[in-house]
Amino acid sequence: MTMPEGDIVQFDNVGLRYGAGKEVLSDISFTLYPGSFYFLTGASGAGKTSLLKLLYLAQRPSRGAIRMFGTDVITLPRARLPAFRRRLGVVFQDFRLVQHLSAFDNVALPLRVSGVRESEITRPVAEMLEWVGLADRADARPATLSGGEQQRVAIARAVIARPDMLVADEPTGNVDPELALKLLRLFEALNRLGTTVVVATHDLHLLKNVPESLIMRLDKGRLSDPTGALRYPPRRPFSRIEEEEAL
Amino acid sequence: MSWLRMERRAQLVPQARMAGPVPWVIAIMVALTTIAAAGGLALGNLAQAARAELSGGLTVQIVEADPAERERQAELAVSLLANVAGVEKAQRVADSELRALVEPWLGEDMGAAGDMVPVPALIDVRLSGPVTQAKLRNIRSLLKAQAPAAQVDAQSSWLAPVFSAISSLKWLAAGLVILLGATSAAAVWLAARSALGTNRATIEIVHLLGGSDGQIARIFQRSVGIDALLGGVAGALLGAGAVLLLGQQFAALGSGMVAGGGLGWADWLAIAGIPFAGVLIAMFTARLTVLAALRKML
Ligand SMILES: Nc1ncnc2c1ncn2[C@@H]1O[C@H](COP(=O)(O)OP(=O)(O)OP(=O)(O)O)[C@@H](O)[C@H]1O
Ligand SMILES: [Mg+2]
Repeated sequence: MTMPEGDIVQFDNVGLRYGAGKEVLSDISFTLYPGSFYFLTGASGAGKTSLLKLLYLAQRPSRGAIRMFGTDVITLPRARLPAFRRRLGVVFQDFRLVQHLSAFDNVALPLRVSGVRESEITRPVAEMLEWVGLADRADARPATLSGGEQQRVAIARAVIARPDMLVADEPTGNVDPELALKLLRLFEALNRLGTTVVVATHDLHLLKNVPESLIMRLDKGRLSDPTGALRYPPRRPFSRIEEEEAL
Repeated sequence: MSWLRMERRAQLVPQARMAGPVPWVIAIMVALTTIAAAGGLALGNLAQAARAELSGGLTVQIVEADPAERERQAELAVSLLANVAGVEKAQRVADSELRALVEPWLGEDMGAAGDMVPVPALIDVRLSGPVTQAKLRNIRSLLKAQAPAAQVDAQSSWLAPVFSAISSLKWLAAGLVILLGATSAAAVWLAARSALGTNRATIEIVHLLGGSDGQIARIFQRSVGIDALLGGVAGALLGAGAVLLLGQQFAALGSGMVAGGGLGWADWLAIAGIPFAGVLIAMFTARLTVLAALRKML
């Protein structure tokens, strides 16, 4: 990962409105640095998912500039976007599993899209399913899985290709606290391997479990910066949950 | 390559072979197109064969009740015609052939009836070039004096309405083939769109995971292509069966003229191309439909 500017994502005065509605995101400016771990918090409807959609290239902003991996992705020709998307791992808030594919094939999907050889797919996918505790459900269709199980398939799919950046929207919303922590460990492990992690959540309990994490907070479509995450170098790592709870 | 393998291992688009509308629509369209095309080609061959045979031909009839006089004038006419410039051949149609021709109308036993019912003497004349009005007039005036019972007709002139009917039918068949092709394309387009609708979520997911437009279009193209191939082959067999059956029935008529309307190997080759054209149309429309839908996503 060699970033000329040393950043992986840069938002400059970004605004987003859906159709003719009012702006759901306003004046969003921030920089994400490679290898960092970010939490994105905010009340329901504050715009977390909307911001992540911009991050995983599912949505164009109404105004402002977005650079990813050192490239302006707003003016980038459509044909070059898939290459950027393949560098991302995404856990969608609504999972978005392919309904007629087994858990195994859903997890294998990013590898297959990237053209990884079939012989190099079976083992990592099996291991990943093992890791999220679904080894025995590898052949199950999403519809026959519980909400939490589907969420774990979605997470396995997001991390299987070792993305440069992981974007996860409420990735622990459907699992018990114990499993939530286990999944968080997976994100941390990935983070230690160099992946930038962005996790949207309103589960404050999660935040204190990743001491090095930085917090971005959305409030009615505007970004605030309780831990100085958006400055560089970061003011200091978020380490005490009291501070977040005081917000 | 790995994408193809991916499709084999894990059907991204659930494939219900021969279950959707695509194969059946294609089968019917290909069958109809095959029949229309075969009809058009056969009519074309028929017209060409008949025209080639008749275009340089004249028929001279000696309509004379008295057999001796008829014989005399016929002989005279043949020898006169033989000396006209541009006449390649002037030949009496043998009595036996003539009898065979009129037999269906006059009954088999021509012994006595042959004398009682006067059958005109026929002379088949073949010119080196096509029959023009001028040549016709020329020959008529030549025969008038010596063989007053002679009636001269261009063979193509009495067939002209038949030719124009055949030619209209040929164009009608060509029009049908074009219309059926357009309808097939439209039906396949609709089917591809509905397939796209039911698989929209999958397409969106693969798109968001970094699947390129080409990759996604290829999956649909293949899936629709396989369906179309199954339908196309079924339709072609059906159509070819119908054409062969019709051909046999026409052959049973035993008429020389209809026999000229058979299908050559080149025609069969063209007909064999129809299902493949159908498959190509299907894959092409599927591709365009998917690409158009994808272009609406970022
Ligand atoms: N596709 C859309 N069309 C129109 N408005 C939308 C759309 N998606 C989101 N919104 C609106 O944008 C605002 C922010 O929504 P968003 O989904 O980003 O919130 P969120 O922070 O993710 O909420 P939650 O925590 O409940 O998931 C909301 O007011 C929502 O109604
Ligand atoms: Mg959300």
